[in-house]
Amino acid sequence: MPHDGHDHEGSELSPVALRVKALESLLVEKGYVDPAALDVLIETYETKVGPRNGARVVARAWSDRDFADWLRRDATAAIAALGYQGRQGEHMVSLFNTPQIHNMVVCTLCSCYPWPVLGLPPVWYKSPPYRSRAVLEPRAVLGDFGVKLPEDVEVRVWDSTAEVRYLVIPLRPAGTDGWSEERLAELVTRDSMIGTGLATAPS
Amino acid sequence: MMGFGPVAPEPDEPCFHAGWERRAFALTLAMGATGSWNIDASRHARETLPPLTYWSSSYYEIWLEGLVKLMGERGLVSADEVRAGKSIEPPRNVARVLKADMVAGVLAEGGPANRAAPAPPRFKAGDKIRTRNIHPRGHTRLPRYARDRAGEIVRVHGCHVFPDSSAHGKGDDPRWLYSVKFTARELWGHDTPDCVHIDLWESYLEAAS
Repeated sequence: MPHDGHDHEGSELSPVALRVKALESLLVEKGYVDPAALDVLIETYETKVGPRNGARVVARAWSDRDFADWLRRDATAAIAALGYQGRQGEHMVSLFNTPQIHNMVVCTLCSCYPWPVLGLPPVWYKSPPYRSRAVLEPRAVLGDFGVKLPEDVEVRVWDSTAEVRYLVIPLRPAGTDGWSEERLAELVTRDSMIGTGLATAPS
Repeated sequence: MMGFGPVAPEPDEPCFHAGWERRAFALTLAMGATGSWNIDASRHARETLPPLTYWSSSYYEIWLEGLVKLMGERGLVSADEVRAGKSIEPPRNVARVLKADMVAGVLAEGGPANRAAPAPPRFKAGDKIRTRNIHPRGHTRLPRYARDRAGEIVRVHGCHVFPDSSAHGKGDDPRWLYSVKFTARELWGHDTPDCVHIDLWESYLEAAS
């Protein structure tokens, strides 16, 4: 993996890029960090860990009632059984959407997010508009995502203020009877597992 | 706080928007892995950046500022060294240096927050509580929007490290953690069927009278 401290456009680094480059030099010189470890960290979260993990959890829950029950009782263990665990996912809770209940997850205080199943959070999740409005006006926020729920549906917003991390299990779309888990997983969007979207309907 | 405008998702957003973001991310995790601070202290460092800096910085700019602050507080680097990008004084000893072949194991282990309970939980699911009207100067996880509000316990999560203590080097100080439900009517005066669940430690709560 190239040791990439450069922006891709132009040969001149921005002030912040220069600061980070200088900081990395300093910390490597001090012996506090190993540059090879930095590359592994980046590669892990840029290419190996992402929402496809959570989509497999959801597809399994849709297909296997025993797994869904396990996910309800002990999401940490059930998710770990599929190979997803560790940093920022040590204490998992699953939130099953129903026709009457729509769950939505936010971290108003910072950016807490279930990394092992969803990877790193998108910019909008970590930004002031979502962080401030998700708890106050969840339906308007859903509107920003193009999601409109019936008025009698209860919206439950979960503010991740501790180390507990939440995974929304979206409703299974109609017209998917008998589908394999692999095919079902393709319908599960990242936003549907945060609660700002719905699983994709089959075309 | 309000007035931030619409949520604006970026289609096909990349994991990192610039090379420096990758490095800032990795440096933060690798320095955290030295054991020089815990996650609560790192959150507190970011959240206590000057407000104008915090609100006008991008996410990884906040991480970068927080990292420099954490290291400076602990004497790991000096301001002159950060400016120069080179070492001037001898390095401090750190408990651990994260090597490439350690990364997978360290990430898989994570940092579980649950601890042995010093006493039984005070509350159980279904109990009605009121959050305390407290405004600590230090680190806390009781959001301002949920102080002095009536709620209901929906789940007992377990006994977890208490960030209000842990962030300030006072040790784990584990306390019972609950998922507490607040109606939209109670929090905002909104007449919708909606609610907000917040994870709250026992010392933030009082039994409802």
